[in-house]
Amino acid sequence: MLDEAVIERTLGAALRTGGDFAEVFVEDRRSSSAQLDDGRVEELSSGHDRGAGIRVVVGDTTGFAHTADLTEEGLRSAASAAAAAARGGGGGVREVALTRQSAPRPNDVAILPETVGKGTKVELLQRADEAARAEGGSIRQVRARYGDSRRQILVANSDGLLSGDDQVRTLFVVSTVAFGDTGMQTGYESLGRTIGFELFDRVEVEDIARSAARRAITKLDARPAPSGALPVVIGPGGGGVLFHEACGHGLEKDLVDKGASVFKGRLGQQVASPLVTLVDDGTMAEEWGAYAIDDEGTPAQRNVLIQDGVLTDYMWDFLRSRKAGRAVSGNGRRQSYQHLPMVRMTNTYLLAGESSPESIVSSTDRGVYVAHLGGGQVNTATGDFVFGMTEAYLIENGKITEPIREGNLIGNGPTVLSEIDAVGNDFAMGSPGTCGKDGQGVPVGDGVPTLRVPALTIGGTAA
Amino acid sequence: MPDLYEVADLVLAGASSGEEVEAYVSHSRETQVRVYEGSVEQLSVAEGLGVGVRVVRDGRQGFAYCGTFDPASVRAAVAEARDNAAFAEPDEWIGLAAPDGISPVSLDLWREDLLSVPTDRKVGLAVELEAAVRSADPRITGIESCDYADSAGETVVASTTGLRRSARSTGCELVAYSLADDGDAAQTGFGFSVGRTVDELDVATAARDAADRATRMLGATKPPSERLTVVLDPWVSAQLMGIVASTLSGEEVVKGRSLFADRVGEQVAASSLTLVEDPTDVRSWGATPIDDEGLAARRVPLISDGVLDGFVQSTWTGRRMGTASTGSAVRGGFKTTPTAGCRAAALVPGSSSPAELLAGISDGVLVQEVSGLHSGVNPVSGDLSTGAEGLRIRNGSLAEPLREFTLGSTLQRLLQDIVAIGNDLTWLPMTAAGVTLVIADVSISGQ
Repeated sequence: MLDEAVIERTLGAALRTGGDFAEVFVEDRRSSSAQLDDGRVEELSSGHDRGAGIRVVVGDTTGFAHTADLTEEGLRSAASAAAAAARGGGGGVREVALTRQSAPRPNDVAILPETVGKGTKVELLQRADEAARAEGGSIRQVRARYGDSRRQILVANSDGLLSGDDQVRTLFVVSTVAFGDTGMQTGYESLGRTIGFELFDRVEVEDIARSAARRAITKLDARPAPSGALPVVIGPGGGGVLFHEACGHGLEKDLVDKGASVFKGRLGQQVASPLVTLVDDGTMAEEWGAYAIDDEGTPAQRNVLIQDGVLTDYMWDFLRSRKAGRAVSGNGRRQSYQHLPMVRMTNTYLLAGESSPESIVSSTDRGVYVAHLGGGQVNTATGDFVFGMTEAYLIENGKITEPIREGNLIGNGPTVLSEIDAVGNDFAMGSPGTCGKDGQGVPVGDGVPTLRVPALTIGGTAA
Repeated sequence: MPDLYEVADLVLAGASSGEEVEAYVSHSRETQVRVYEGSVEQLSVAEGLGVGVRVVRDGRQGFAYCGTFDPASVRAAVAEARDNAAFAEPDEWIGLAAPDGISPVSLDLWREDLLSVPTDRKVGLAVELEAAVRSADPRITGIESCDYADSAGETVVASTTGLRRSARSTGCELVAYSLADDGDAAQTGFGFSVGRTVDELDVATAARDAADRATRMLGATKPPSERLTVVLDPWVSAQLMGIVASTLSGEEVVKGRSLFADRVGEQVAASSLTLVEDPTDVRSWGATPIDDEGLAARRVPLISDGVLDGFVQSTWTGRRMGTASTGSAVRGGFKTTPTAGCRAAALVPGSSSPAELLAGISDGVLVQEVSGLHSGVNPVSGDLSTGAEGLRIRNGSLAEPLREFTLGSTLQRLLQDIVAIGNDLTWLPMTAAGVTLVIADVSISGQ
């Protein structure tokens, strides 16, 4: 993307005022999308972003500047701005010699989306629209969206690192509106992978569309959700966001360092039920949060965060591990070249247990079965979190019975983790997600087997 | 600052005969400072810029953008937008905005002096805020983040259909997230101050809010599940009214996704409720003289005395509904096409102060924070379920703190159940203003 000598000189310029560390992050991102709504292919969009972010670290202060101008002059000017922001005191010249490193990609990409005709992408939308509407006359509205992105990055730093990655992601989303006696209800289904257009050789967009349509139709007959605390069984693949919110964010080292995590100081301690083994894995082939290197140039890793209920490690960014003199974890990510990296999750999942899913449901007398969770939010300092149920049913006398309307579940992370009393043997990964933190969104994946929490507060209106 | 009209002209020069072309060009300069324990942790200086291009031909619309003003890239975006148009399906209502005879009002949203504030002063404000929060109360044990941020941005919209307008504004903010601990459990709070330039920032208020919000929650417990009167403070009601306003978008109406679609002229809310969208109100942080298609922004009545007046419209939704644009096109920056939406909705305040309203409530909950609104409110069905925190109200006085409970209702019901509106209209950096709302008979779910 850039000449090595230019990067070396830029890093030299960044360190001219005495920085301890400098880094150049270059990104070239192309994206395309197409949307069908209200029965009509209404829009195709193409985007191109290209630029560099430069950071300079002096002591505990980080200076950052970015530029869309990738000429040597543009880079030098950004380097000077970052250095001035970090206020390096001393002068001097430091030479930086880069060593090119390579990290294995989690998987190959067979068909680059940019090589596929726009007409072929549009056709997927029309097939999805037709399939969703064929599910029943109650389907009043369908929106289908295709999206792809190719993000090529280069990271170089004053430790001599030079590395790159080529990240291709493909996404298909269908949302529906069903209309009945009780008003309107919505359904949503999405599929995304860190691969190219071969995604559509493996899955039929009709299946995604039908699933979105059925979700909306099912909810037309849904009863109001109960209120108060009840046992909650979460279905396979549908509830990874529970761990993302209940403890994932709280295990990010930047929050831990500031005392803003209930998991601070708890390494080596039992923080969850012995049934819980939680992993964050950026190497997981094709998953939405997968990559070869993170946005600081560290190769992705599989990190065990909780083993049999015992907290084994936090997630780290490069600078924090460098300062602590410990191994990197590959969790330093940023939304774009315009952002500083932070500690972020990749693909976060709970390992399968031994119970059969059927026995988990049948041993629950009265409760809620959540087939699919929506987004969530957590306060890492208190551990209190919420997340939405987008497809849920009552469990009565050990059987899944009627659908219930949407609502939030609310709980406390450490409490919920320690109370989990059943984990199934049927693991599945969930839908592609975008995790937001401090104004930056990054793609993440999650997964769970069937599991049960003995008491979660259901945010419904029924007694 | 680069000349944005020059970039727009480059786009329009690429128009072929028989097509409409629009350039949406934006540029901003931003500073962000994060301090920790009295020192700078991060300081970013940034220049954000880009161009979004719409091409309409044969009733089809295509879009492309680029995050640079490099002429070759801009010309490539025009070509790409034209190519994209060929793959869309035709629509008789599609087309760019054209002058509609309404001139934009002049709004004072730019403070030249913000551009010359030295970085030291910005850092100093953040350091001052952090120290003030830490010293406000002995139970404050930490600061999760303490930031200063500012932005000076300009936007130009120009089209071959005759629009050529710009808007610019400055803004800055101080925000602190605090941690409090009473030895038993931690609680968090936040405080902020927003201004068009640094002289308008109020460190003391931001610090007091950050300390109060965290410490008042210490010892909070989970309430039982019941139905009772709920009071929403302005911070919470602004978020809720933002969602209500989003359902009044012509885009949602024409696509059959608004629960208010067929209800114009009907009583959709308590008769005390009047909601107006007005981006020309300079007090609003969403204020702008022009919308994101270049038409003059204007006042749009949405609900009057509880009766639904109508919807906000963009050019496309206005044509499709047989009306006209209300100057309410909004975009998420240069990377997206316009839709119809609110940016400055506000309720007409009532006459009672929050204290007077509380005094009349024998048993209720004052809600001061909500979480999971994005997952818990479905703007199509109206189902509403949100995590909440706040204080118990007993016999007209504030009592113990409550946490880890939810509010449950529907948007339709909640609007009808509003029994009082406070006099404390508060302009917040959101799409709607806040005001104290008293709502009867809301389900709360806890133990």
